[in-house]
Amino acid sequence: MSDEFQPLLTSRYGIEGSHTLAVAEKHGAYRTARRALTMMSPEQIKEEVKKASLRGRGGAGFPAGVKWGFLNPKEGEEVYLVVNGDESEPGTFKDRTIMNQDPHRLIEGILITCWAIGAHTAYIYVRGELKHSIDSLDAALAEARTKGYVGDRPFGKPHPIHIWTHSGAGAYICGEETALLNSLEGRRGEPRLKPPFPAVKGAFGMPTIVNNVETISAVPDIVELGGERWCSLSRLAPTDGGVRLYGISGHVKKPGIYEAPVGITMRELIYDYGGGMLHDDHPLKAVIPGGSSTPVLRPDWTVDAPNEDHPLHAWHGKSELDVPMGVDTYRALGTMLGTCCATVMDDTVNMVEACRNLMRFYRHESCGQCTPCREGGAWLVDVLDGLLSGRGKVDDVNMLVDIANNMMGNTICAFGEGTAMPLLGFVQRFADEFVEVAKRGLPLDVRHDESTRALVKGGVAA
Amino acid sequence: MAFALTPEREREVEELLSHYPNRRAALIPVLWVCQRQHGWISPEVIDWVARRLELSTAVVKGVVTFYTMFFEEPVGEHVIWVCRTLSCDLRGAKAIQEHLEEKLGCKAGHTSKDGKFTLLKAECLAACGQAPMVQIDDDYFENLTLAKLDGIIERFRGEAS
Ligand SMILES: Cc1cc2nc3c(=O)[nH]c(=O)nc-3n(C[C@H](O)[C@H](O)[C@H](O)COP(=O)(O)O)c2cc1C
Ligand code: SF4
Ligand code: FES
Repeated sequence: MSDEFQPLLTSRYGIEGSHTLAVAEKHGAYRTARRALTMMSPEQIKEEVKKASLRGRGGAGFPAGVKWGFLNPKEGEEVYLVVNGDESEPGTFKDRTIMNQDPHRLIEGILITCWAIGAHTAYIYVRGELKHSIDSLDAALAEARTKGYVGDRPFGKPHPIHIWTHSGAGAYICGEETALLNSLEGRRGEPRLKPPFPAVKGAFGMPTIVNNVETISAVPDIVELGGERWCSLSRLAPTDGGVRLYGISGHVKKPGIYEAPVGITMRELIYDYGGGMLHDDHPLKAVIPGGSSTPVLRPDWTVDAPNEDHPLHAWHGKSELDVPMGVDTYRALGTMLGTCCATVMDDTVNMVEACRNLMRFYRHESCGQCTPCREGGAWLVDVLDGLLSGRGKVDDVNMLVDIANNMMGNTICAFGEGTAMPLLGFVQRFADEFVEVAKRGLPLDVRHDESTRALVKGGVAA
Repeated sequence: MAFALTPEREREVEELLSHYPNRRAALIPVLWVCQRQHGWISPEVIDWVARRLELSTAVVKGVVTFYTMFFEEPVGEHVIWVCRTLSCDLRGAKAIQEHLEEKLGCKAGHTSKDGKFTLLKAECLAACGQAPMVQIDDDYFENLTLAKLDGIIERFRGEAS
């Protein structure tokens, strides 16, 4: 399978100078944008993106073509495109590779999208830590402006398109689209109540499309190949189309970003792409499939779908690892595909400790507007701290579940669920371990620290 | 002491203002320009930015305090951010932090005695596949081992300040 796979998103990765316009253009960049802007109507492009079943790559998996269809600007309203390059979900490190290695692919996608949705201005919001990605995009944009591809008449078309980068300054919540818009407008990154949705009232009060970096970077290939053909590259066509970037980190031999069709299995991601478990004598214990907000999977759990109507019936009785990775299949599995960047843990990892690590993250990053999120997140950490230090009781595990349940659905933005769902996932799938830790504190045989220490001390890290 | 940008950086601000339909939107980028010159966001910087963008100081302060990368106090010559989120922790980030604390003689959250380094903990920096890692100023240092880290710190120490 991987032999015949033709890379699309990553086709220019690894080519020397791929971030420069000259090299990128020699390898195909801007060919599609030129054709799209000079020979295709916005409707034709939107139609191809719809046919492609391009599911948003930022985490929620919403179909991009449908989202674009929500735009209905009133007379005198300006439409904005805002590209989400916040990339802050723990475990996620894919968009950065596009921005650093092939910024012209993103710019080409933005040009085509702006033409299709009728936007004249696009902002690329990049988290402040990624200074190199911002510099890479700024340099690429400067080249594209000099060429006239970005500016008043892109490819001669009297449809001005201006593209600017906008730097964040350290705040995970700014990845949430309405927090991002506030941050773009020079405000604290606090999420807004929805509705109104950005497509109606977004940046500067105007209709706005917010899409992830990878989502927009897929647009040139969709237009080039045609929506149907691009969609059919997926193993889950026609509902979840194309190819995408998969990330893998943690206890594997070859962590990194890999491009593959939509719908490969977690087993393939870990053992084929990721090179298998880091230490041959330490088997897989758990894997977080798509960023820290997605509930953890365990290889020894099997799919329970005896009913023939169940979307996962074909995998009934098989390991969770063997279900194809798709937006809908993973939802049916009780988790989420999220950003499609997996974090792999071997049997040295204590699940309560892993859970606490992530809950600390959420406590630190809550914007603080909603009580269930601000207080609940803090309580989760306190209770977990108690359990791990041996001060806990078995009933505290129930308390964790209670706190998390009270966060679900009671907050302004999905950060609340993003905190509660992984907590519930850990407790559900590793209940025994939580109870054991509650009884004894962190068991002494947890080698978590020792094994990782050996890794950096001995210089084994790749 | 009153704060003002150098003429060159003032031109940067002019350019930034042209990217947005209103002045306020340039707030975060302008704060970045100021921090790059001044090293941190002092009360004088806040006053200057508020005047320049025609905002109240409370608005500017509110934004400064929201974002972790704006320093509200002076920091060392170099700022080291150690990522301690899960993917990095799985690959030894705790040992990286402890080693740095020992080497620099200060705990995370503090500045070394010689004023050369401020050590801070960071949340996931989008380099999980290259864990463990640290960010020093604008640069990422990835796939770290303690030996590699020693070399990096020595290089920073050796540079003329
Ligand atoms: C707490 C939170 C954090 C998020 N962080 C990101 C992020 O870092 N990058 C991103 O593209 N989307 C992020 N999202 C999703 C965005 O809100 C939005 O759905 C997405 O940018 C839309 O783009 P897409 O449809 O192309 O995926 C986040 C959502 C939430 C609730
Ligand atoms: S859910 Fe949390 S992050 Fe989202 S708005 Fe409420 S307090 Fe802020
Ligand atoms: S967990 Fe450290 S970079 Fe993501």
